[in-house]
Amino acid sequence: MRLIEEFQHREKVFDFMMPNTSPALDVSKGYLLYLEDISVSFDGFKAINNLNLYIKEGELRCIIGPNGAGKTTMMDIITGKTRPDSGSAWFGQKINLLEMSEPEIAQAGIGRKFQKPTVFEHQTVFANLELSMAGAKGVFTTLMARFSASQLDHIDHVLNQIGLKQQRNLLAGALSHGQKQWLEIGMLLMQNPKLLLVDEPVAGMTHQEMDRTGELLSSLAGEHTVILVEHDMDFVRSLANQVTVLHQGSVLAEGTMDQVQSDKKVVQVYLGE
Amino acid sequence: MTTYQGIFDKSTVRFLAVLIAIAAAVPLLNTLDSSNPLHVSTYTMTLMGKYLCYALLAVAVDLVWGYLGILSLGHAAFFALGGYAMGMYLMRQIGDRGVYGDPLLPDFMVFLNWQELPWFWNGFDQFWYAALMIVLVPGLLAFVFGWLAFRSRVTGVYLSIITQALTYALLLAFFRNEMGFGGNNGLTDFKDILGFDLQANATRVALYIASAVALGLSYIACRFVVTSRLGRVAMAIRDAESRTRFIGYKVENVKLFIFVMSAVLAGIAGALYVPQVGIINPSEFSPLNSIELVVWVALGGRATLYGAVVGAVAVNYAKTYLTAALPEVWLFTLGAMFVLVTLFLPKGVMGILQRKSPANSSGSDDDTPKPELPQDGVKA
Repeated sequence: MRLIEEFQHREKVFDFMMPNTSPALDVSKGYLLYLEDISVSFDGFKAINNLNLYIKEGELRCIIGPNGAGKTTMMDIITGKTRPDSGSAWFGQKINLLEMSEPEIAQAGIGRKFQKPTVFEHQTVFANLELSMAGAKGVFTTLMARFSASQLDHIDHVLNQIGLKQQRNLLAGALSHGQKQWLEIGMLLMQNPKLLLVDEPVAGMTHQEMDRTGELLSSLAGEHTVILVEHDMDFVRSLANQVTVLHQGSVLAEGTMDQVQSDKKVVQVYLGE
Repeated sequence: MTTYQGIFDKSTVRFLAVLIAIAAAVPLLNTLDSSNPLHVSTYTMTLMGKYLCYALLAVAVDLVWGYLGILSLGHAAFFALGGYAMGMYLMRQIGDRGVYGDPLLPDFMVFLNWQELPWFWNGFDQFWYAALMIVLVPGLLAFVFGWLAFRSRVTGVYLSIITQALTYALLLAFFRNEMGFGGNNGLTDFKDILGFDLQANATRVALYIASAVALGLSYIACRFVVTSRLGRVAMAIRDAESRTRFIGYKVENVKLFIFVMSAVLAGIAGALYVPQVGIINPSEFSPLNSIELVVWVALGGRATLYGAVVGAVAVNYAKTYLTAALPEVWLFTLGAMFVLVTLFLPKGVMGILQRKSPANSSGSDDDTPKPELPQDGVKA
């Protein structure tokens, strides 16, 4: 009976009418991620101190800061690995990240790329992407799994995005370091994340690979929202985007790279004047 | 459509062709007159039937070791359990033709002064029930064992050690007369299977062909699993378990499924083995058997399936020959083979063949390329 009553609310859009991706995600205000007044301390050391950060949907945001500024801890909080002592973290207007477990957060559409690339070296690039595909992952569904046309399209699309179309049938172990990083980003993309957290993707890359990675990340912005943590200033400048400087667990400055670089406080922190 | 091409790739078609040829030729050559130089004696045919059972057992081990990375040192236990289930059926078939002539109780129970059949012997007079148990008992043991082990995330060497302990525990248990499985003598003196005389030539031929068919079908079933997405998930677990878990696969369930499947195949192999050798006793549970079995697979080459078959047949042929010709040398040979293969042939004998014909391995028409194994020797 309750079901029938529910259906009588004609002004309501029913759940099954909602688009399939992240049904509860509400970004009607244009912001995808809200971190407000977040503080975390480890044994009295304040790793994050009243951090406020807002990320727009489709943005590519670079986070820089000296060692110990709290960049990785911030990522840990977003992905649910670390619980803050106080503050709030919302994904869209309706998803409270602090109430969710790590897999739930991943399911809701937040993907994270770790510093060290871990791909399945003894399988092809294609199989690596296939395995990372979003969808049912039970034993019998995987045993009987067949590719649908849209799944193949998706894999092809991602192969194009990460520029590994030629290497489709190559074993992932045969890829160069940079290509492995791209493959790992591709594996993340296969899960259709709304928000991508990318941790130092260009460490150990050649200059050409860095340029390629920059292009890749820029092209992802728009369709996805990207938060990039990076040490390499040249790389961040080449992306020419919104930059947030973290220092001692809170935001020191925000703006374009040029604005940030001319900021007195930033210069002081970085040059120790 | 692409799926079937995936299952029946070049090596599989070749393997099945050879298997069918051998399965058909040997019984035919057996019918020739014994003066004919091409005549294959029934003894040789039964020996080959035994090798086919070993080959099936090796395929089962390759499935869990080569593709899933679980080095089971207790797979002979599942083989022996399947064998015991078949043995119980064959014992009940003897009926009142035993030495003591008891219509119901097998000889060893009369000898031990037992008055009635233990409850777990009920039903084994029916072949369908025995066939069910051949599959169910090893499968259930693997399920319970695997569920506990994989859920607690026991991996690597530790898992190998507890599988070894499992088979040793069963060895000790089956040695006891009170268990009701004939103690250290085991089950033997079989007469009939499905009403056919076990000593008759036609029955021997049927058992030989049944072993070949079981090997062929199991091989196809294994190919189906390893070429499916589940097979690729299994290899992902083998190479980077935590990463696979992080992507969202329930690693425990995948392991459990493949482990149980492998145990069931091992049980079937044991069930076909027992009527051909005519005896099953607790020594089949011996830890040494399980280790030898791993040597077969390592020698043939892991993660190829056909490598396991080649390894099983080659080592067992060597064993049959050496234990007759130079019995004291056999164990040294076995040990040396394992050491040499581990040191110099991490991909087994099949690895040399693959290396010699690079054109073969880079066959572009293959949709799923052959998985490369880690080069660092035996991976537990």
